[in-house]
Amino acid sequence: MTTYKKRKIIDKTMCSIAFLCAFLTLVPLISIFGYVISKGITSINLDFFIHLPRPVGEPGGGMSNAIAGSFILIGLSCLWAVPVGILGGVFLSEFGNNKIGATVRFIVDVLNGVPSIVIGIFAYTLFVLPMKSFSAISGAFALGVIMIPTIMRTSEEMLRMVPGTLREAALALGISQFRTTISIVLKTALPGVVTGILLAVARIAGETAPLLFTAFGNRFWHQNLNQPIAALPLQIFAYAISPFDDWHRQAWAGAFVLIVMVFLISLISRFALRRKI
Amino acid sequence: MKDEVVVSDLNAYFGNVRALTNINIAIKEKMATAIIGPSGCGKSTFIRCINRLHELVTNAKVSGKVLLGGSDIYSSEVDPIQIRRKVGMVFQRPNPFPALSIYDNVAAGLKLNGIKTKDHIDDIVEQSLKMSTLWDEVKDKLNVSGVSLSGGQQQRLCIARALAVKPEIILFDEPCSALDPISTAKIEELIFKLKQNYTIIIVTHNMQQAARVSDDTAFFLMGELIEFGKTQDIFTAPKDKKTEAYITGRFG
Repeated sequence: MTTYKKRKIIDKTMCSIAFLCAFLTLVPLISIFGYVISKGITSINLDFFIHLPRPVGEPGGGMSNAIAGSFILIGLSCLWAVPVGILGGVFLSEFGNNKIGATVRFIVDVLNGVPSIVIGIFAYTLFVLPMKSFSAISGAFALGVIMIPTIMRTSEEMLRMVPGTLREAALALGISQFRTTISIVLKTALPGVVTGILLAVARIAGETAPLLFTAFGNRFWHQNLNQPIAALPLQIFAYAISPFDDWHRQAWAGAFVLIVMVFLISLISRFALRRKI
Repeated sequence: MKDEVVVSDLNAYFGNVRALTNINIAIKEKMATAIIGPSGCGKSTFIRCINRLHELVTNAKVSGKVLLGGSDIYSSEVDPIQIRRKVGMVFQRPNPFPALSIYDNVAAGLKLNGIKTKDHIDDIVEQSLKMSTLWDEVKDKLNVSGVSLSGGQQQRLCIARALAVKPEIILFDEPCSALDPISTAKIEELIFKLKQNYTIIIVTHNMQQAARVSDDTAFFLMGELIEFGKTQDIFTAPKDKKTEAYITGRFG
């Protein structure tokens, strides 16, 4: 009886500690959310979305160019990182049960851990130096490199979850390996693959370091993709370290918009995952 | 009756493990042939050699000859895809494609092989579903997902899917082992009907089922073909002691 009581006490204690730890992780998230929302919501207005930044000293203006720039950068990154990531995932899951697969998997995992500023330097030497200009393209390259590991590994996991019997059923109908992989296996895993893409997008939406010396930022509408382009995180960074109150206010508004964007993307990805195979 | 599938000296391996040893058998056209035997005796491996599905397993190997209508399916110039269109297969567990509708499940073999004429596909889908006796149950919901059907219906959907590519032979790998008795009866009835037009090879654990649906029966044990003959003879007067022991339930 005493051991039973002791066990019960230990059970209760451990349970409380576990709950406390779970709760503790929520504290920073909720406080960040609360702080950004309270600071941001008072600073945000329609002007913020439709106007360009004003020159120093002139109040008002907005970040329309940075919001558009962020979307352009995300779109450009997806344009090359999504196909590379998905096809890489297909390789790993369908043909990667060997040494080559294991090597690729290892390298991708290492790439996932490379600090994003290092990837920025890499993009800088590869694009900015030869082109002699900061550009949207170099920014999209850096962001794409950050996206690929996430997309590749989630695609692989999702494709692996497709039962082997479906592959056999398709092959037994005389469907080629290629069509089986694309039209049956990938199609079945699609909701999960889309989730992986959205997670990667949410991750790069807020990346600042790799954009510092690639996309660089721009106070005006971008001219073309070979030129510097504004991005929300860059604009927030520039405004937050400035000495002007009005710019601080706008930096909070930018942070608010960014956090809402990422939150919406995560929400959509949750929804996509729910109707999984 | 003509011989449709003639197998000579067939050996199948998983890596270094030999799963089938020197199988020689001639399966007759438009008849149902049952393959019986205890678990792990190579029944499934045997039928998977007939549609060249066995070789897809890592390190799997095949030697010997399988003649289909007189030509060897393992000769080097033969495309396995062409063989698989001639030899359909229905698996142990119903496995409709979950991402596809009922209609697209049946049409998959046509659409993904490049047939695009919609009227033609419509016709074949209807024919195939009628043949597999599923048409009346699904004709009003062809656009719903295939996995929304019951297990027995799903298995008939898989049969329709196999029929749609117009095979000559249909392999059944324990098609009823995951189904309830009523669904089982429906599938058996269907197989009985199908053998008028198709050559049927059915692997089964259920000896009553073998007796009900098949004309010929082959008994496999430890990767070898022990006895092959008329179903009636195998069940009433087996020549081999091991066959007798198995069908009377002394092992397996």
